[in-house]
Amino acid sequence: MINRRIFLQSSAAAAALAASAGTARADDTPGITDTEIKIGNTMPYSGPASAYGVIGRTEAAYFKMINEQGGVNGRKINYISLDDAYSPPKTVEQVRRLVEDEKVAFLFQTLGTPPNLAIRPYCNANKVPQLFVSTGASTFADPEHFPWTIGFNPNYQTEARIYGKHILATKPDGKIAVLYQNDGFGKDYLIGLKDALGADHAGMIVKEASYETSEPTVDSQVVTLQGSGADVLLIAATPKFAAQAIRKSADLGWNGVRYVTNVSVSVTTVLKPAGLDKSKGLITAYYGKDPTDPRWNDDPGMKEWAAFVGKYMSPTELKDANATYAFGAAATMIQVLKQCGNDLSRESVMKQAANLKDLELPLLLPGMKINTSPTNFSPIRQMQLASFDGASWQLFGELLMG
Amino acid sequence: MADAENALSLLVTLAVAVIALAFPFVASGYHIYQGAQVLIFAIAMLGLNLLTGFNGQISLGHGAFFAIGCYGAAILMTKFGLPYWAAIPAASAVCFVAGFLFGFPALRFGGLYLALATFALAVAAPQILSYTGFDAITGGSQGITLAKPQAPIGLKLTSDQWLYLVCLASGAALYWAARNLARGRIGRALIAIRDQPIAAETMGVNAALYKTTCFGVSALYAGVAGGLSAIAVGFVSPESFGLSLSLAFLVGIVVGGLASLGGVLFGALFIEFVPNIADQLSVNFGESAKALPGAIYGALLILVMAAMPTGVAGGARAATNAVMRWLASSRPIEVANDGGADVAAKYEGKGESP
Repeated sequence: MINRRIFLQSSAAAAALAASAGTARADDTPGITDTEIKIGNTMPYSGPASAYGVIGRTEAAYFKMINEQGGVNGRKINYISLDDAYSPPKTVEQVRRLVEDEKVAFLFQTLGTPPNLAIRPYCNANKVPQLFVSTGASTFADPEHFPWTIGFNPNYQTEARIYGKHILATKPDGKIAVLYQNDGFGKDYLIGLKDALGADHAGMIVKEASYETSEPTVDSQVVTLQGSGADVLLIAATPKFAAQAIRKSADLGWNGVRYVTNVSVSVTTVLKPAGLDKSKGLITAYYGKDPTDPRWNDDPGMKEWAAFVGKYMSPTELKDANATYAFGAAATMIQVLKQCGNDLSRESVMKQAANLKDLELPLLLPGMKINTSPTNFSPIRQMQLASFDGASWQLFGELLMG
Repeated sequence: MADAENALSLLVTLAVAVIALAFPFVASGYHIYQGAQVLIFAIAMLGLNLLTGFNGQISLGHGAFFAIGCYGAAILMTKFGLPYWAAIPAASAVCFVAGFLFGFPALRFGGLYLALATFALAVAAPQILSYTGFDAITGGSQGITLAKPQAPIGLKLTSDQWLYLVCLASGAALYWAARNLARGRIGRALIAIRDQPIAAETMGVNAALYKTTCFGVSALYAGVAGGLSAIAVGFVSPESFGLSLSLAFLVGIVVGGLASLGGVLFGALFIEFVPNIADQLSVNFGESAKALPGAIYGALLILVMAAMPTGVAGGARAATNAVMRWLASSRPIEVANDGGADVAAKYEGKGESP
């Protein structure tokens, strides 16, 4: 059977013979031998969310690099990534195939909120680690109810809390309007913002307006929000709608502070269509180094990334923020495996995933550290604010904890 | 000749039944889950085939009825505490009503216009399901998580095996019902409305009633499939009912063979497994081949349709006929189509839309 996997080097068979008297613990766990660690993943390689497919490809390339360097503790990584087309029933099917047929040791970076929600009960019932899920939904950082599922991205609520704190610090008398996408993504921002404002300042939000992804524009929502007299606008919208909101709010001559979700900060796909002049003054929060930002050209982390792309990927993926994201996630995975040493049982992998201490990644902002603990399943919690000066994003202020 | 064909068809049906029954006892849990998915798709396609294949009403919106069945069952189970065996029929009844009602405006549309109207249903369904106002009952974009039903105490079956058998029993019953429906007076009326609507009405067939009821029954089938899918997957969310689901159903019945009830099984196998095969084949083109599973899926679809223009059922029938002719070549026997049975081929040959 052919899979999207990194095939073992031809020497693996010989190595298996030589090392057949290895550790006993490792043999008990599916997907773990003395020469191999089998990792499962699902990605939307086809379907509406296929732009995220690059995440799976980057991770496969990263593990290929690790294998060429000798693997982890002498074990090569066999990364099996299957297409689920972002459809939850298909995700369940593919994950069952990975766990029951391919016998992977654990899952890593399965992508999307609905697909991960669909497989979470299965993973937790069967005690299969569901590591560093590729979604920003806050629900995946819930060790009390789902001890086998751990998040990765700074979640949307964390980000919104950072905006809320910044608003409180800079505009304590501000009147806030919120534009949000009517789904879990958009609503997480609303929840996070309200959380940061607290009961005392809940009245600061003077108007909320939502939109459906099926709507052609959000112009009317922006007009309504402006009519509320708000002087702070939070745009919790995906790229196309964020661009519309940025342009419309500028066209209306709205003089207020505008915050835009980190999801929609691409200069080429959001700010240029909206108009670079009209985007001036926008504020967002970053946690990774923006691959399109020339400021990082001489950064050692970015150079490491460029070298990796040169050797293992296609040049078009050099500037893809999804690819840099995956690079960091794969590095985190390797750190967990290194911490496990020779005890690669599912319990041990889960324990080490929840035991990351001050891990720094090449493509995270300088000074940012990844930390997890048995009670903290949100690995990335820091972000730094940035404002748009008409040409590029300029980081400012301290790293903030949401 | 007709007798030989009937005997052959009985033999094939028996063989399929034996394989389907034995399957959950030899396959692994994951394959049983896949088998259940195939049966669920087949049930939805049975309904769509009654509507599109037999009655000539093209629906691009059966994913919406599937969604109603799925959500209906999930809501009845989680909010009203109904057991699954009561929730699924109840949700299917809701689907029947929804389909029947939708059948009325559908009366005013023919052919492609109806396809567009139902297309709107498929587009709207995920958005309506994620509408904030319904969050309390639909779970919004977070969906609803369901516990998997267990086999009744006393039966030594895993939950996967039990679910599969529930799907198989539902599928068999619904197949039997559809077959009886299609072979009798009602089936002839449906086909008459499809092929010669004016002549049918002249003969006293109540076209409006037949068409709306057919829509309702078709939606009911989709609803049963949706309900079964809810308990098989254990999770429902708006993302499960995208446009691609409705299109997959249509692809399935065309691949299986329009107006062929047995063909839906092939159609279901196609839409369940070909995307997986496409994903695996795409690896051969390197890790950076973007969106290739979709392209390979398309190429395979074209290949199948080029090889068997009347679907798998039509292809199988042509092959059987060829074998029969070869067997009978020693004896001079007239090779004749027995009218009603060969509706698929007839439908393909017919130029104008109903």
